[in-house]
Amino acid sequence: MPLNKAFEGREFAESPPYEVTAESIREFADAIGDPNPLYRDETAAKEAGYDAIIAPPTYLTKLNFIYSAEMMLDPDLGLNYALVVHGEQEYEYRRPVRAGDVLVAKPRIASIAARGRNELLVTEAVVSTTSGEQVAVARSTIVSRGTAPQEG
Amino acid sequence: MVASHAAKNLKKGQELPPWSYKVVREDLVRYANASGDANPIHQNEEFAKSVGLPDIIAHGMHTMARMGQYITDWTGDPGAVELFKTRFSAMVVVPADGGNIVTVAGKVSETLEGERVRIDLLATTQDGAAVAKGEAIVALG
Repeated sequence: MPLNKAFEGREFAESPPYEVTAESIREFADAIGDPNPLYRDETAAKEAGYDAIIAPPTYLTKLNFIYSAEMMLDPDLGLNYALVVHGEQEYEYRRPVRAGDVLVAKPRIASIAARGRNELLVTEAVVSTTSGEQVAVARSTIVSRGTAPQEG
Repeated sequence: MVASHAAKNLKKGQELPPWSYKVVREDLVRYANASGDANPIHQNEEFAKSVGLPDIIAHGMHTMARMGQYITDWTGDPGAVELFKTRFSAMVVVPADGGNIVTVAGKVSETLEGERVRIDLLATTQDGAAVAKGEAIVALG
């Protein structure tokens, strides 16, 4: 069944504050196999001009699961999770995420469009600190396989 | 850390040295735990096959993370990355025996104002399948 176009442009509640710890950054860097000292060693981070350990660019994916849930699981949107594939991911960075940040994300559904037999759902989330400093904008394209409205 | 490439020395079309990494199932378990993506298609062979996949597949974001390392290793400074996007075009299949090897290549697609460049990225598996295309804008000043 096609996605509910009425959700296009809809904004969702800001996600609960997420505290970025040095430990979670190290764990993430270990998991992706990236040995960069800036993700682990505060001295190295300070020598490079940062106040604290910084996070790899895709660390923000951890937040994605927190702020997307409300959007994706809304039964009125009509998204069938078994048909979903991650098509595209984009991040615009204002600065690196760093240990000690407390982040919130404000998500919205940017667009819903048919492409062939599939539908593309684009979500956008502005990620900021709780003090209002913008850190990044994350855009995800979710492919809903085979749910495009069929003509004729 | 200082970015190790001067924008003025880079030209459109110039290639970055390719880089390969191996991905095995243990990597995906670690990634699932660290990222919060617990979808069983990335960890459970039986489940993956039951939903029509050839085998366990890597998380798209795992591939993007490795492509991110390719860029941050090249710039020397992760904070130099202003934009990073990836389109996932095929699956990275990760069989129990030997996993898979992914090669990431990049080239300068555009030189931009303010000592910034756009880098086009391509990740391919060992059988030649293009699994992800990406781009990054990095500041080198």
